[in-house]
Amino acid sequence: MKKISKKNIIAFLALSLTYLLGLVLIDKGIIDSYLQLNITLIGINIILAVGLNLITGFTGQFSLGHAAFMSIGAYTSAVVTAKLGQPFIVAILVSGVVAAVAGILIGIPTLRLKGDYLAIATLGFGEIVRILILNTDAVGGAIGFNDIPQYTNWTWIFTMTVVTIILVKNFINSYHGRACKSIREDEIAAEAMGVNTTYYKVLAFAIGAFFAGIAGSLYANYFYFIKPDSFGFMKSIDILVIVVFGGMGSIAGSIVGAIALSVISLFLQTIPELRMIIYALILFFIMVYRPTGIMGRDQIKLFKKEVKTNASIESK
Amino acid sequence: MEQLLQQLINGISLGSIYALIALGYTMVYGIIGLINFAHGDIYMVGAYVGFALTTFLGLGFLPALIISMLVCSILGILIEKIAYKPIRNSTRIAALITAISVSLFLQYTMMYFVKPDTRTFPTVLKSKILTFFDGKVILDVKNIYIVAVTIILMIGLQYIVHRTKIGKAIRAVSLDKDAAELMGIDVNKTISYTFAMGSALAGAAGVLVGVYYNTINPLMGAGPGLKAFVAAVLGGIGVIPGAAFGGFFLGMIETVVTAYGGSIFKDALSFGILILVLLVRPNGLLGKTVKEKV
Amino acid sequence: MKKNILLVLSLVFTLSLLAGCTTKGTSNSLESDTIKVGVNYELSGSVATYGQNLAAGVELAVEEINKNGGVLGKQIELIKVDNKSEDTESANVATRLVTRNNVVLLLGAATSGNTKAASPVAMQNKVPMISASATADDVTIDSNGKVREYIFKTCFSDSFQGVMMAEFALKDLGFKNAAILGDSTSDYAKGLSTAFKETFTSQGGTVLAEEAYQAKDTDFRAVLTSLKSKNPDVLFIPGYYEEVGLIVRQARELGLNVPILGGDGYESPKFTEIAGEGVLNNVYYSSHYSSMDDSAEVVKFNESFKTKYSKEADAFNALGYDLGYFAKDAIERAGEADTEKIKDAIASTKDFKGVTGSVTIDENHNPVKSVTIIEMKDGVPTFLKKLDPK
Repeated sequence: MKKISKKNIIAFLALSLTYLLGLVLIDKGIIDSYLQLNITLIGINIILAVGLNLITGFTGQFSLGHAAFMSIGAYTSAVVTAKLGQPFIVAILVSGVVAAVAGILIGIPTLRLKGDYLAIATLGFGEIVRILILNTDAVGGAIGFNDIPQYTNWTWIFTMTVVTIILVKNFINSYHGRACKSIREDEIAAEAMGVNTTYYKVLAFAIGAFFAGIAGSLYANYFYFIKPDSFGFMKSIDILVIVVFGGMGSIAGSIVGAIALSVISLFLQTIPELRMIIYALILFFIMVYRPTGIMGRDQIKLFKKEVKTNASIESK
Repeated sequence: MEQLLQQLINGISLGSIYALIALGYTMVYGIIGLINFAHGDIYMVGAYVGFALTTFLGLGFLPALIISMLVCSILGILIEKIAYKPIRNSTRIAALITAISVSLFLQYTMMYFVKPDTRTFPTVLKSKILTFFDGKVILDVKNIYIVAVTIILMIGLQYIVHRTKIGKAIRAVSLDKDAAELMGIDVNKTISYTFAMGSALAGAAGVLVGVYYNTINPLMGAGPGLKAFVAAVLGGIGVIPGAAFGGFFLGMIETVVTAYGGSIFKDALSFGILILVLLVRPNGLLGKTVKEKV
Repeated sequence: MKKNILLVLSLVFTLSLLAGCTTKGTSNSLESDTIKVGVNYELSGSVATYGQNLAAGVELAVEEINKNGGVLGKQIELIKVDNKSEDTESANVATRLVTRNNVVLLLGAATSGNTKAASPVAMQNKVPMISASATADDVTIDSNGKVREYIFKTCFSDSFQGVMMAEFALKDLGFKNAAILGDSTSDYAKGLSTAFKETFTSQGGTVLAEEAYQAKDTDFRAVLTSLKSKNPDVLFIPGYYEEVGLIVRQARELGLNVPILGGDGYESPKFTEIAGEGVLNNVYYSSHYSSMDDSAEVVKFNESFKTKYSKEADAFNALGYDLGYFAKDAIERAGEADTEKIKDAIASTKDFKGVTGSVTIDENHNPVKSVTIIEMKDGVPTFLKKLDPK
C-alpha cells in the first residue's frame, strides 16, 4: 500500500458507497430476501468463476473439477462451524486453506498433463471427491449435512467477492501473473525463458482452489444444508460456462457472466419443461457467434468506460 | 472359481457396451480432436428409436437395430454439420462447451417429448438361461448376443477403416487435415462419414442396452457416456482397438472391484485408475507416444 | 465487433428486465380472490420423474377442488416453479414463492435434500411447508431435537419403514441373516438401510454384507454375484422401482432366489413391467398405497388420473393428489388464508382420509399413518398385512 494513486482512492470510495448502499437498501427492505439470496448466489459464482479464470483463462490449464474444491470448502466450513463451533472467519480461512492444499496435492501430479488430458484427470478427481464425500457418514453421506449456522450476509459476501477480485487482479498484474500468462501463450517458450512452469501452474491451481474453498464456505453457511450431489460434474461445468460465457482471461467477463447466467436462470424457472433446452441454445449461440465470450479479450477498451469499479482489471 | 467365472461373464457383457460407445468417442476425437459429450445422448436417442420401432411397429431385434443405427448416423451427421462445423477453428474450450450444449439439448428435447419416466422395452429376444457347474455359473443367451453383435460391429469398423477408401480418407484426415485436403480428399465429407459411423455404433449400443437391461430414460446417456469416455481414454483416445480394449478393461475392473466388496467405491476407483494411467501413460494403454512439437 | 457486444449486453438487460417483470410482487393474496399455493418441485434435472409425478397429482387434486367450488369460496391458484433438482434452486424457488408471489402455503419438494434446503426459507418467513415425499427423519426435526415449527410431511419417516421391515424379516419371515444392497446416492435409501441395520442387529439378526449401487445404474450382476456367494436368507434393497425392478430380475436370472424386502419406493405399476413378467415373486415391501386397492376413493382417483394423463398412477401421483386435498383440508379448517392459522390447522390434522391412507399429524409434524405390507405374487401386488404405528 505504498502507492496510493488517485485511481485507487476513487475505486475505494466507489466500493464503500456500493457497500453502504446495499446495507441501506437491505435495511429499508427494498432488497428483500429473494434478491439477497440471488445476490449471494451471484457473489459465490463470481468468486468461483474468477478463481477458475485464473486457472483456465490466464494460465491456460483446462479444469473440469472446480466444484470439487468448492465441496471441500463447503464441508470443511460446515464441520468447523457446526461441529466445532468456531467463528465464521476461522471457517472461511480454514476452508480456503484445505481446498488449496487439495489443489496442490492434485495439481502436482496432474498438471504434467496437457490440454484435454488434464481436463479428463480433473474431471475424474472431481468425481472421486464427490463419491468419497457421498460415502463418508461422519458428514452425512448421501443424506447431506443439515443445520449449518447461517453466517453469510451482505457484508461477508461483498467483502469476500471484492477481496477475491482485487487479489486475483493484483496477482495477474504481478511478475507471477505474467509468468502464468506466458505459460498460457506458449508453455515451451516460457520454460525456455526460465519460467518454472510447474511451480506457476501449481500456484495458479492452488489459488483458484483456495477461492473455490472460500466460495464453498460462504455457500454452506448461507444455505444451512449441503449435499454431495450439489457439487457434481454439472456444477463444474456451470462454473466453466460462466468463465467462457463471460470471456476467458477477463475478470470483468467472469463478473458479467455470473450475473447474466444467474438472471437467465431466474427467468427460466417458470418454464421448467423448456428450461434446459433454452439454456442449451443460449450456450450454443454464444459459442458459435461469439466464442471469445461476452467480454472477450479484444473488448476491454469498450468495457473500461462502462464499469467504474473494475475498470483497470485487464492489462495488455 | 465358479464365482470368478461368473464375474468374468458379467464383466465382458458390461464391457462390450462400454466398448461400443467408446468407439464413437474415439473416432470423433481422432478426427477433429473434440470430446464429443453429446455422444452418450446419441446412444440414448438410439435406444428410444429402438423402443419406438419394437413397441409401436412391432419390429424384431435385427431390423430395429439396423434402422436405429441409420437414424443415429443421420443424427450424428446433422449434429456435426449444424453444431460442430461452425466451431471447428475455435478454441478447445469453446468446442467443449458447444458439445455440452448439444448434449443438454438432446437430453431435454427428448424429455420434453417423451416425459422423464422410465420406459420398458418389449421382450424382443427370448432369454434362455444356460447353466454350468451345477447351476453355479449362469449364462444368458442375451449375453452371447450382446457380445457377438459388439464383436461383429468392431470387426466391421476395423475393416472399413483399414481396407476401404473411406477408411483411408478417415485415417489421412485424422493424421493431417491440411495435407489430406491438398491430396484431394474431401475433408468435410470424411468428417461426416466418421460421425455417421461413430453415431451408428452408439445407436446400436442403445438398442442393445434396451434389449438387455429392459429400461430406458432420457437421461440414460449421461452415466454410460462418461464411463465410455473413460474407457476411450484408458485405451488411448483416437486409437480404435484402444477403445475396444478400454471398454472391456473398464467393465472388468468394475466387476472385479464389486466382486471384492468395493461396490461403494466402484466409480471412484475407475476414475482413480484413469488418473493413474494418464500419469504413467498419458496417451492411454494402447496409445502411441507423440513427441511434443514446438 | 463493438456492435456485437452492445447486442449481447442489451440482450442481458432485456432478460433481466423480463425476469424482473415476472418476479415482481403481485397483490397480496388476502385481498385477491384466489388462494395462492406455491409448488416447488423437481420438474427438470436428475430426479424430474418424482417432481413431475408429484406435481401432476397435486394439479389433478386442485383442478377437482376448484371445479367443486374451491375452498372458503375462493379458487386455489397453484404457482408451480421448477427447482432443477438442485438444493440451491430449491431455496431460491421457495424464497421467490414466499416473497414475490405471497403464497400462503408451500408444497414440496420431492426429495428430502431439496426439502431441507427450502425449509429455512419457510421458517424465516413463517410460511407453512408440506412435503409429501421427503422421508428423512430430520426434515421436521432439527439436530437439537426441536420440531421445525412450519415444516410438515405427510409420508413415512425413513426410520419408521426401516424398523418395520427389519421386524417383519425377523418375526414374520423368521430370518436371521440379511444382506443390504442400497442406493448410495439416495438419502432415502441411506435412511432406510441405517434403520433396518440397527433394528435387525439389535434384535438378534446378522447383516452379512452391505453393498451399494448408484441411481441410474443398469448392471447389477457383479454385485449380485458377490452377494449370492455370501448366502443370505433375505435381501433388503431400499431404493426406487426403476433400479430395484432390474435388480430383482437380474438376481433371479443369477439364481439368487431369496426373499427381497424394500420400502414404498417400489410402489409403481412400472415395477412389474421393468422386472418382467412372472419375475416378481417373494418380494415384500412396505407401502401406504396400492393401485390394486379397491376402496371407492382409490378407484375414483385411478380413473380420474387416467382420464387426465392417460397413464396409470404411481405412488408419487397418489401422494401428490393427497397433498392437494390435505392442503385444502387445512385451509378450510384454518378459516382464512392466513399462514399462522394454516400452520395450526395442519398441526392439528386428525384422520384426514386420502387415497394413501388416513393421516393424523403428530407432535413431531410427522404423519401417524398405518403401513401396509405388500407381497408381490407373479408381479401382482397383494395385500399381506397392515401394521399400525406404535
